[in-house]
Amino acid sequence: MSTPLPDRHASIPVPGALERFAHSWKSAALTLAVGVVLLVALPFALDDFALVQATVYAVMALLAVSLGFVWGFGGILCFGQSAFFGLGAYTYAIAVTNLGDSTVPLLLSIVLPAAFAAVLGYLIFYGRLSDVYMGVITLTVTLILFNVVNSTAGPEWTIGKAPLGGFNGIPNIAPLNMPGNVDDVIGPRGMFELSVGALLAVYLLLRALLAVKLGRVIVACKENEQRVALLGYDSRAHKLFAFVLAAAIAGLAGCLFANWGAFTSPTIFGLAQSAQIIIWVIVGGLGTLVGPIVGCVAIQWLTTQIGTQQAINSNLVLGAILVVFVLMVPKGIVPSAGQLGVRMLKALRGGRRDVAAVSTQAAVPRTRSAAPAADHEASHSAPNASHEETA
Amino acid sequence: MDLAVIVLIQVLYAIASLVVVSAGLAVVFGMMKVINLAHGEFMMLGAYAAIESVRIGVNLWVAMLIVAPVSVAAIGVLLERVFIRRLYGRMIDTMLATWGLSLLLIGIVTSIMGNTTAGISAPLGNFSVGAYSVSSYTLVIIAVAIVLAIALRWVLLHTSLGLIARGTMQNPQMANALGINPSLVYSATFALGAALSGLAGALLAPMTGVVPTMGGAFVAKAFITVIGGGPAIVAGLISSSALFGAISQLATFAMTPVFGEVALLAGAIVMLRLLPQGITGRFFKGAL
Amino acid sequence: MTTQQLTPLLETRDLNVRFGGVHATRDVNFTLAEAELRCVIGPNGAGKSTFFKLLTGQVRPTSGQILFRGKDIAGMQPHEPARLGIGIKTQVPSLFNGLSVWENVWLAARRTNTSTQSERVTREVLERVGMIAYRDALVGLLAHGQRQWVELAVVIAADPPLILLDEPAAGMSDAEVARTAELILEINRRHALVVVEHDMSFIRKIAKTVTVLHQGAVIREGTPERIMSDPLVQQIYLGKKPH
Repeated sequence: MSTPLPDRHASIPVPGALERFAHSWKSAALTLAVGVVLLVALPFALDDFALVQATVYAVMALLAVSLGFVWGFGGILCFGQSAFFGLGAYTYAIAVTNLGDSTVPLLLSIVLPAAFAAVLGYLIFYGRLSDVYMGVITLTVTLILFNVVNSTAGPEWTIGKAPLGGFNGIPNIAPLNMPGNVDDVIGPRGMFELSVGALLAVYLLLRALLAVKLGRVIVACKENEQRVALLGYDSRAHKLFAFVLAAAIAGLAGCLFANWGAFTSPTIFGLAQSAQIIIWVIVGGLGTLVGPIVGCVAIQWLTTQIGTQQAINSNLVLGAILVVFVLMVPKGIVPSAGQLGVRMLKALRGGRRDVAAVSTQAAVPRTRSAAPAADHEASHSAPNASHEETA
Repeated sequence: MDLAVIVLIQVLYAIASLVVVSAGLAVVFGMMKVINLAHGEFMMLGAYAAIESVRIGVNLWVAMLIVAPVSVAAIGVLLERVFIRRLYGRMIDTMLATWGLSLLLIGIVTSIMGNTTAGISAPLGNFSVGAYSVSSYTLVIIAVAIVLAIALRWVLLHTSLGLIARGTMQNPQMANALGINPSLVYSATFALGAALSGLAGALLAPMTGVVPTMGGAFVAKAFITVIGGGPAIVAGLISSSALFGAISQLATFAMTPVFGEVALLAGAIVMLRLLPQGITGRFFKGAL
Repeated sequence: MTTQQLTPLLETRDLNVRFGGVHATRDVNFTLAEAELRCVIGPNGAGKSTFFKLLTGQVRPTSGQILFRGKDIAGMQPHEPARLGIGIKTQVPSLFNGLSVWENVWLAARRTNTSTQSERVTREVLERVGMIAYRDALVGLLAHGQRQWVELAVVIAADPPLILLDEPAAGMSDAEVARTAELILEINRRHALVVVEHDMSFIRKIAKTVTVLHQGAVIREGTPERIMSDPLVQQIYLGKKPH
């Protein structure tokens, strides 16, 4: 090149140390290490009651991670992740009542929600429907499932040997057993280990996926679907894959949940459940996998505390939290806490001006929507801001 | 023959309910592109406003047609000024924040009013068509829907307020240059949408029963109707309500009300695949 | 002397597209040979970007054919022309703003290369456009000219036989423009290019043939000198009436 590069002395805007850490294998290793420690230590440290509590936290965290992945990394705003969660729970319940041994029901509870998501996703992605429609349609799907399952109270609503039970739900769900031996059932400690183990396994699977081509293209679809296509990747297929994978994970969580409580009911499809999953992810931090886990545990803990007292309504608190977080802490706990930590460290080390600090602000994507709408983030003045290209 | 009349009335009623339920959202989403997921709760507030005013002696019709819309409009203005306007242009954040608002409103109303279903019985009794008996109130709803659509179109198309509102939504900087204050227009438009939602809640209260969580049943249908309608506000509202109301009611006749809801959703997904811009994105182009 | 009939790299036949009332592309017959460099000019609204959108599958034509190496690509899904070998740098740079420069280019290279090859290709392409020092920079935070070069790198990395550049020199300083012209000529050694531009001095540096679009139709085609002195072209650009 004969012509020199201009701006040779301008600083190069790179992501900060925190950002680099979050994307490297080191953060995965750290999370895995923490997870393994908890997996091994908690059964000794906690009594049975607390262990059972910890188990449901882990199961819900798995559900949260499914949404955190498909939304934070795939850019797919699924408002009805509870649909797949509920389908997983109900599929397990019905299948295990009919089949006895729990191995096939476990598999079905993953496959059936995934298949459902494949059909729904095909209609939405191959129809190239936008974010907004995706949100409304998925919300509607879960509400419809709620309505449908809720109305199945009569005895005629039975699949094989399993009555659907309507608003009463399905009680006495048989727990998971060692494959082949129906009598060797899982106990509370085993449930805990399975749930935390599943959470860690899924976490690693997703981190691995996000490090290879398939995962990178999925993330690219969130950034700029047009450019993805112009590079020769079919964005519809990639989004469908992410959507189906997330549904499978949610289905697994549903199966574990049905095991945990030995019970499932239509409320699993309801508005409250679907809102909670979204709140966990927003509070924890969109754009990370650890964030939704943290958000989920925090909110669940909070909800349990509120539930024990009658003074304040839980809807009120959850709604207020969601509003506050959307308005004031848009990145969520984990990224914000991380940035706060970074800033405190820099202040302690004594103000060396660093381009990296500036870039960390912009590095974690503020936008929760796919790229074209991201332009809207900049313009706060008018509701209908839009951008046009000259022909 | 009698059955045909009944079916016709029920289908018209289904269409009219959709029009009434979706009108407020059509204004807010259609004009401002604001996704208000608390739309159902605005309806709920309207219903409670109506019930409570009836309880303290206000005439039912005044309660439904005046008290409900006005009080919800006031609440709407307050909410718009305090936080909706911070989220303009950020569609997804608006969806999330209004979802939070919806939970918050349900929580507040539950704390004040409790969980039990209150109700007003449908006024005007029934009338007969051959061997069948139909609630006369359904005719009221149908009439209101017609008047609403006509009035809305007239306001948007033939009054200066409507013109100012439409112009400001398209180009707020220009409106500014012409001496119009866009933020006032936004508040007023949002208030109109809220008023219509409150009106819908009050009008439907006799048919559905009033409970803090009643909004959930309507928000999905309203959104599907508005999005399916496309860019033209009134033409879209009417055509979409007609299509989905008919599908839903006919499916209900064929099977059960739940099946009707499923048919509505399925119909919406199919329609959006065929007409991604909504009905008035392809037909009735240029209409309002 | 006989001329060998080679299948042109790109050929459009009676290509038309209408949006509502606008006839954005009018009976366009356009032919491009392998490794040819063509410039396309025209006033605003002439249909240049629309033409590119037709070639890359972003817009479906109302009628006509688009033949890429003899295969009709009209109306394909937007990712298919790219797979066949058409790359584009769009008028408004279309990149992954939240990802690094390296990753943007890597994604382009990775579709047709293995993981190891992609590392090599990405580095080579970034060195070629002179952006290797910026490999970890977030694309969204770069200056406009730098983003244009990153996009150029992204397009080259996929190694497509046909590269479309929509205003590659827009908003650049003189030094940057000169550099871009060099890059384009170098790319032209192994790739065909269609470049939409407004700057005639830039065009004269790179093009042998220029196609002029006006209101969706091709009105003239020829060398830059002939185009510049053509009365019809002068009229549509400057409003001069031909005598």
